[in-house]
Amino acid sequence: MLKTNLTHVLSEKEHSELLNSNENVMICCGRMGPMCIPVYESMEELEGEYNGVKFADMEFDSPDAKVIRNLPECSSFAGLPFVVYYKNRKIVKATSSIQSRDQITEILDAYFAK
Amino acid sequence: MDTHFDVIVIGGGAAGLTAGIYLSRAKVKALILNEGAVGGQMVLTHEIANYPGVENISGYELARNMKSQALKFGCEIRSNVKITSLDLGDEIKEVTINNKDVFTSNAVIIATGGKSRTIGAPGENNFKGTGISYCATCDGDFFQDKEIIVVGGGNSALEEAVSLTKYASKVTVVHQFDHFQALEHYIEVAGNNEKINFIMESEIIEFIGEEKLASVKIKNMSTGKISQMNIDGVFIFIGYVPNTESLEGIIELNKNKEIVVDKDLMTSLNGVFAAGDSIQKKYRQVTTAVADGTIAALGAAEFVNNQKKNLVTA
Repeated sequence: MLKTNLTHVLSEKEHSELLNSNENVMICCGRMGPMCIPVYESMEELEGEYNGVKFADMEFDSPDAKVIRNLPECSSFAGLPFVVYYKNRKIVKATSSIQSRDQITEILDAYFAK
Repeated sequence: MDTHFDVIVIGGGAAGLTAGIYLSRAKVKALILNEGAVGGQMVLTHEIANYPGVENISGYELARNMKSQALKFGCEIRSNVKITSLDLGDEIKEVTINNKDVFTSNAVIIATGGKSRTIGAPGENNFKGTGISYCATCDGDFFQDKEIIVVGGGNSALEEAVSLTKYASKVTVVHQFDHFQALEHYIEVAGNNEKINFIMESEIIEFIGEEKLASVKIKNMSTGKISQMNIDGVFIFIGYVPNTESLEGIIELNKNKEIVVDKDLMTSLNGVFAAGDSIQKKYRQVTTAVADGTIAALGAAEFVNNQKKNLVTA
């Protein structure tokens, strides 16, 4: 399990339940590595500011993380973490590699209301 | 929240966190303002094996421990903020952040660290995460049986080139000079690895692809000849630059844009100290940053105490 204070998605089933029960979801799929940690930290801080968004993480190497690893939107990705933004279960944005808090905020503001 | 502090520390890497620990332990009211995630460059280190007293620890764990230690002593930390203005010339220093919050202090420690140097060639920003990487540990396994380039000629570049041969079928090191800056050991190990070959006196001048990186243009600096090479990935290890852009014209910087400090790590401005990778120095290690943070904190604490004593006796 990733050492973050975010909601952990541990299985394909939990991934599906999370999308079914939340309109706006941001999932960071990564490891406890240098490019991923800053993204988790930003998400932990933004969680208090964006009440309408569910922030979660998923361990990249868990077999069930194929629900993110194998997404067509991530097919060209070659840098951790893979971050996927869902609105009403549909993917509205996906990013690869480290993102700054400003870059994340820009996406959240563009697709989800605060 | 009280917005006046004895000392404001700008930067939350090894130097900044150490300063925060020392200041708050000494009951000096301290605030750390950090533009990125806490830990700085330290977090980029997968494993630290030479930090005295700690046999093996990840950079992330060490950063987390330092942060927790600073918080435990009462230091306040605001991370992921952007500093929009600095007024450091007067007796009371003023720091404004992006949400318009203004913090004041009697002294400031600048510990803004450094960041990975980029090539700056067209296309570099487009393929970050889709072929271009600055972290072999993080992204090496995306290049299993693929052909990649490593850019650089220092210790990190050659060490990572060797480590990437675990995954890649072929690693080409592209370096701008006709010799390496790395220590002999790294040159020998890389040179003896049959998966690694070298293109010297050359630079990447363009990254090309659609959804992901497909090829690069390489210019030979000696002949001027430009060639195009199909490639799956490029790892860039060409050193670090100090995060001092916002300090130009405010405090003295040297020609490498590093902060000029005296033996007590005071900058050209009274009451403004600096520590860590952003100052002029030869060796940049977690241990040297920690030492800098300690010296700057002790100097700043003494400065603040003297200032308060003078106020009482005046």
